[in-house]
Amino acid sequence: MNFTKTLLGASAALALSAGAALADPALIYDLGGKFDKSFNEAAFNGAQRWAEETGGSYRDIELQSEAQREQALRRFAEAGFNPIVTTGFSMSTPIDNVAADYPDTKFVTIDGFVDPEAHPNVKSILFAEHQGSYLVGMMAAMASETGTVSFVGGMDIPLIRKFACGYAQGAKAVNPEIEVISNMTGTTPAAWNDPVKGSELTKAQISQGSDVVFAAAGGTGIGVLQTAADEGILSIGVDSNQNYLHPGSVLTSMLKRVDVATYDAMQAGADLETGVEVLTLAEDGVGYAMDEHNADLVTEEMRTAVEEAKASIVAGETEVHDYTSDDSCPALTF
Amino acid sequence: MDRMPAWADAILVPLISLLLAALLSALVILAIGENPVEAFRLMVDGALMRSTGWGYTLYYATNFIFTGLAVSVAFHARLFNIGGEGQATLGGLGVALVCLYLPWPHWTLALLGASLGAALFGALWALIPAWLQAKRGSHIVITTIMFNFIAAAFLNYLLVNLMKPAGQMDPATEIFPAATHLPTFQDMFATEASPLFRGAPGNVTFFLALLACVAVWLLIWRTRLGYEIRALGHSESAARYAGISPVRIIVITMLISGALAGLMGVNTAMGEAERLVLNATEGAGFIGIAVALMGRNHPFGVFLAAILFGFLYQGGAELALWTSIPRELIVVIQALVILFTGALDNMVRMPLERVFAARRRRARRTPAE
Repeated sequence: MNFTKTLLGASAALALSAGAALADPALIYDLGGKFDKSFNEAAFNGAQRWAEETGGSYRDIELQSEAQREQALRRFAEAGFNPIVTTGFSMSTPIDNVAADYPDTKFVTIDGFVDPEAHPNVKSILFAEHQGSYLVGMMAAMASETGTVSFVGGMDIPLIRKFACGYAQGAKAVNPEIEVISNMTGTTPAAWNDPVKGSELTKAQISQGSDVVFAAAGGTGIGVLQTAADEGILSIGVDSNQNYLHPGSVLTSMLKRVDVATYDAMQAGADLETGVEVLTLAEDGVGYAMDEHNADLVTEEMRTAVEEAKASIVAGETEVHDYTSDDSCPALTF
Repeated sequence: MDRMPAWADAILVPLISLLLAALLSALVILAIGENPVEAFRLMVDGALMRSTGWGYTLYYATNFIFTGLAVSVAFHARLFNIGGEGQATLGGLGVALVCLYLPWPHWTLALLGASLGAALFGALWALIPAWLQAKRGSHIVITTIMFNFIAAAFLNYLLVNLMKPAGQMDPATEIFPAATHLPTFQDMFATEASPLFRGAPGNVTFFLALLACVAVWLLIWRTRLGYEIRALGHSESAARYAGISPVRIIVITMLISGALAGLMGVNTAMGEAERLVLNATEGAGFIGIAVALMGRNHPFGVFLAAILFGFLYQGGAELALWTSIPRELIVVIQALVILFTGALDNMVRMPLERVFAARRRRARRTPAE
């Protein structure tokens, strides 16, 4: 509490000499919340790892409303936190509005894009989710016995369609005849945290013949994975490694190394290099998870095929279509 | 006979409810090992002691005034409009269409146009539930809440498929043209010497909300239509006997209610974000119900209650920023206030009424000493 008192008292003075006294990093989670077992939690894990390894401390906030986006950025910047790491593409516009007012503070937007020409103090970190989804799509198609696999998305937004599109392309690369069912949980932010609806969608997909389901739906995915385990089919987790949630049922997880991105940004501190960084398969920014929980599910044949595809994508021989590049998908209709 | 004096009804009851809610919140904060006095100080300091804090408090309050007025106008006709959320969503769409597709020379004209657009879209969204209620007897609570989901899905479809600039990840429209940007409190009151309201989203729409309060007061208590609305609310059969058409009043009341909720879109889309984002209403439509309950459906009460909820929102943000009180607990504190001022109102009211009745009896027994 004393800490906060000093902070508030000093915030006005610090606004003038930002970054001089305190150079702790700050982390702003998107509306989904810190413990979503997925995207935001990955950022939290990265920050925790940094704090444990370096003994440093950081401050974080879970947003509650749209208006708080700019507010949190400004308050942290005025209090001298540096860098300020944010998760979720919705932070890019607020950063765009705020960054010029705090030239000595470095801002990081994970999943968002801010023009590096206009704002030299912003780092945009993007992921090639379509590539990672392609690999798990291949694994799904190889593991499927019914010839039908499915996808459960969170909110129906371009980013989630990017996951679905990569997944469908991967599945069809293995088996051109395969049926890919895709459902979105909803159209409001509540869709990120609706495990019951996720469970219902999974049951509906199972009744249509699906025996592997990929969830890219934040907290909703917990319900998808649970139902898949209950009904005896395979599931695929997302963002964090979720294999441990239901050993023997979660085929793999599509990793998006938000934790590594957060860790690296905090590690670099105020000297962070800004600009745009796209983390792809080549940098292991995305990938698929292997551990003791899914070792029995993934056959040698699958691993070889996926590793070959990965090498081919990294080498540029296989092109995975990115839904967001032209808002369309050759392998799936929405 | 057992009525309380008006001042006790309007001020004492909400105040005691608030104190009870604050007390319980303090216990909750204590239970998770934080200091409630510090937390309260932090909330007051962040929301009321700095001009930027006021900028945020009044920004939230503006939203709640509009949705609170919307609920209270409908309440006067005994209609429970819980569709403020959907009507505000559509209001935001109206603002976006007006700002994006019409050329505006100056923000004053744009504000006028956007307000009309917001009110029109909000009113139209309330029209179908109103008509269903008036003509078919489909309950307004059911239909308006269902229309909230339809509104969310409709806006999502429009933003993702039609209105989003190509290649943008965020499901939001492009930024509105500069001529339509409303002056914020910073633009209005800050000078070189004293940078007031820095970065706060509070804007000129707040004054529009104040005007709306006055207009609603005039409407309900100073016009014939307002009389008819209240008459219908008190007794439908009596109103019918007096020659008031329930169908007409229900539809008109809901149109006004929807228009007021829709006006919230001016504040969020035009005043704050300067573009239409998917999640612009974020529950303000439902907070409006609590605001109307607490404000006793009177515009001035709605205004005070909206300021209180604005304070809770902004103070809650300060708590989230500077303490480790989790976000869920801040919602609990806000919920306690709603619970005590709205749902548990009689818990305070009835004992108080008894106290006042007892005092009156004693006064009667010993007249004029």
